[in-house]
Amino acid sequence: MTTEVVVETLIKAAIVIGALLTGFAYLTLFERKVQARMQQRPGPNRVGPWGLLQPAADGLKLFFKSSSMPAGRDHFLYLLAPLISVCAALASFAIIPISGPGTLNLFGYHIGWYIMNANIGVLWYFAVTSFGVYGIFLAGYASNSKYSMLGALRSSAQMISYEMALGLSLVPVFILAGSTRMVDIVNAQHTWWFILPLLPAFFLYLVAGIAETNRAPFDLPEAETELVAGYHTEYSGMRFALFFMAEYINMIIVSSIAAIVFLGGWWGPFGILPGPWWFLLKVVVLLYVYVWLRATLPRMRYDRLMALGWKSLLPLSLAMMMVTAVVVVAAQGGA
Amino acid sequence: MAETRIAQEPFGPGPQQDAVFGPEHEPETEWMELNMGPQHPSTHGVLRVRLKLDGERVRDADPDVGYLHTGFEKSFEDKTYTQGITFSDRMDYLAPPINNVGFVSAVEKLMEIDVPLRAQAIRVMMMELARIASHELWLGTAGLDLGVYSGFFYAWRDRELVLDMNEAYSGVRMMTSFTRVGGVAWDLPDGWTDQLQKFIDVMPGRIDDFESMLTANPIWKQRLSGVGVLSSRDAIEAGVTGPMLRASGVDYDVRKAFPYSGYEDYDFEVPLGNAGDCYDRYVVRVAEMRQSLRILQQALDNLPGGPWLTSNRKVALPPRSELSKSMEAVIHQFRLVSEGFKGPVGDVYAFVESPRGELGFYLVSDGANKPYRMKVRPPSFCNLQPLKRLVQGVLVADVIAIMGSMDFILGDVDR
Repeated sequence: MTTEVVVETLIKAAIVIGALLTGFAYLTLFERKVQARMQQRPGPNRVGPWGLLQPAADGLKLFFKSSSMPAGRDHFLYLLAPLISVCAALASFAIIPISGPGTLNLFGYHIGWYIMNANIGVLWYFAVTSFGVYGIFLAGYASNSKYSMLGALRSSAQMISYEMALGLSLVPVFILAGSTRMVDIVNAQHTWWFILPLLPAFFLYLVAGIAETNRAPFDLPEAETELVAGYHTEYSGMRFALFFMAEYINMIIVSSIAAIVFLGGWWGPFGILPGPWWFLLKVVVLLYVYVWLRATLPRMRYDRLMALGWKSLLPLSLAMMMVTAVVVVAAQGGA
Repeated sequence: MAETRIAQEPFGPGPQQDAVFGPEHEPETEWMELNMGPQHPSTHGVLRVRLKLDGERVRDADPDVGYLHTGFEKSFEDKTYTQGITFSDRMDYLAPPINNVGFVSAVEKLMEIDVPLRAQAIRVMMMELARIASHELWLGTAGLDLGVYSGFFYAWRDRELVLDMNEAYSGVRMMTSFTRVGGVAWDLPDGWTDQLQKFIDVMPGRIDDFESMLTANPIWKQRLSGVGVLSSRDAIEAGVTGPMLRASGVDYDVRKAFPYSGYEDYDFEVPLGNAGDCYDRYVVRVAEMRQSLRILQQALDNLPGGPWLTSNRKVALPPRSELSKSMEAVIHQFRLVSEGFKGPVGDVYAFVESPRGELGFYLVSDGANKPYRMKVRPPSFCNLQPLKRLVQGVLVADVIAIMGSMDFILGDVDR
């Protein structure tokens, strides 16, 4: 039995990693295409039909690039940093149930639609994603470059600050669902998606999530017009690609969690699509929002960003948490 | 400390003297020196700025120019007056027609030549188109510096229309070299005025679109308002001109103050700011684009007929048709093409309003067929002067906003 569980988990992990890496590749294409349309240009259309092979071409290019390394680097940390980033990003997907509520019946086995149905649920995501800060910070520290260092400082400050707001914005969901287990949260949304009662929390989560993933308009750590490329200035070739990968996979994960905790995960309004498709659709819509924001908004300034995080998002998240708690308790008391 | 020292000699210490970085100003904490440029994504060319940073805050800055030195001023001395026109294009490569006009008006002033009305109107149209193109480019790149990715493409799309018109008129998209001493090289081609009318009709909407994206955008306002405030006094002291000066509330536009090329006949306003910050510079430039469209419409409506080049055969080539009939025309043609024309002894200063400010050409002639000395008063170089003062105490991100709002062209800084 235990061997079976191990094998099952390993196979599922391999599938998820493969899917995430493909998803990352096509997310770059998606972003470039959507952004191009918003900017009145066609976007990549040379490699394959509609540029569908562009990610492969990019990947090959990065793979065959010579990887130059800066002098005076801390060699071990320099090599370790991109690995931490990408591993943290990949690991956090383990808790995401892509469908449900039942299991997938295959060859006589009942296989869950997740790698891990942990009772700590979302907390796993927070734990692992905080680990990702180390990747970025060590990259800046080990590169022996001032631009990298500034990017790393910004990034760690930003990610640590916004993790608070990110975490607190999800607490109302836990209160409503009565669990942090992902599957329970989704099942609690069978009739009503949590976005309806918790709309402010959803927006708080979205803003904090965008800041957490260092995306525009909060892309200060790699603000290319200020800090050249921020923490990964000194990385090239495949090592750069790993950072890039981590950023995009984090986008997918933040969107996935939003889809699960606010948008009802695999539940669709009419049941016309099977669960995984609903989930995918919601994630793509959220990713579209990411791209849309990037094409529209200027970048915020560092101090304003911190002010927004500590002075606006954090108090608002706390207030939202209090209000939800009071309402839930009042409703239970009344019933 | 460092601040008071700088207030005493605002623009004194260059990189060689290094007074501000000297040992007597060594602070208790160690400052990080960041070398921004000459190859940095947002120095718009090859400006180098040495920043002293205290965390993200800039304590001191030391701009260093000279990485794009071209020697145009010296090269002018080696070319005849007609040949010199092609140099003027390349100094401020974002508004070549205005440089063309600036250079030939210096020569015309020296030679005391009148320019036909039609040529003046064509020059005005080309200059205002160049102003719009330059401001569009500024909008695009300054926006890009602050993370407005799409704005860059919108601005580029609109600028493209101007480049198309440049091409239709002069055959070249950027380095037009369309002026000649005493007029312009060619008459307007067929259909060009329709193209211009279409441009004038479409542009207000395009500018509105751009403004709807940025003008009231809270992030955009946060990034620019109150950043890089330059008082009118400081601006005048540093010799700042153009939109940057007008954003500080000083009403000085060469087109109004010292009209040239018939600008006194056009009805337009000079947009002014009052805060003198980056946001006002943005507002002023956008408003200037609208004014340029007004001028273009008036120039188009009242386009005079007649010749587009002076009939003074001492400076202007005779028309082809005369060559087969008149011996004199052949002689003029030969003289002008082989050695050009000689100017009287003397010196003149002619200046025009470029998108960046007052662009002046000081021309000294010793009676030869080329300038004895040419000194250009570049708006970009003068507008760069307050940089050191403006960036002290701001954040690194603001340095980018301030440098972006200055709209300098390194080709113009390092002649």
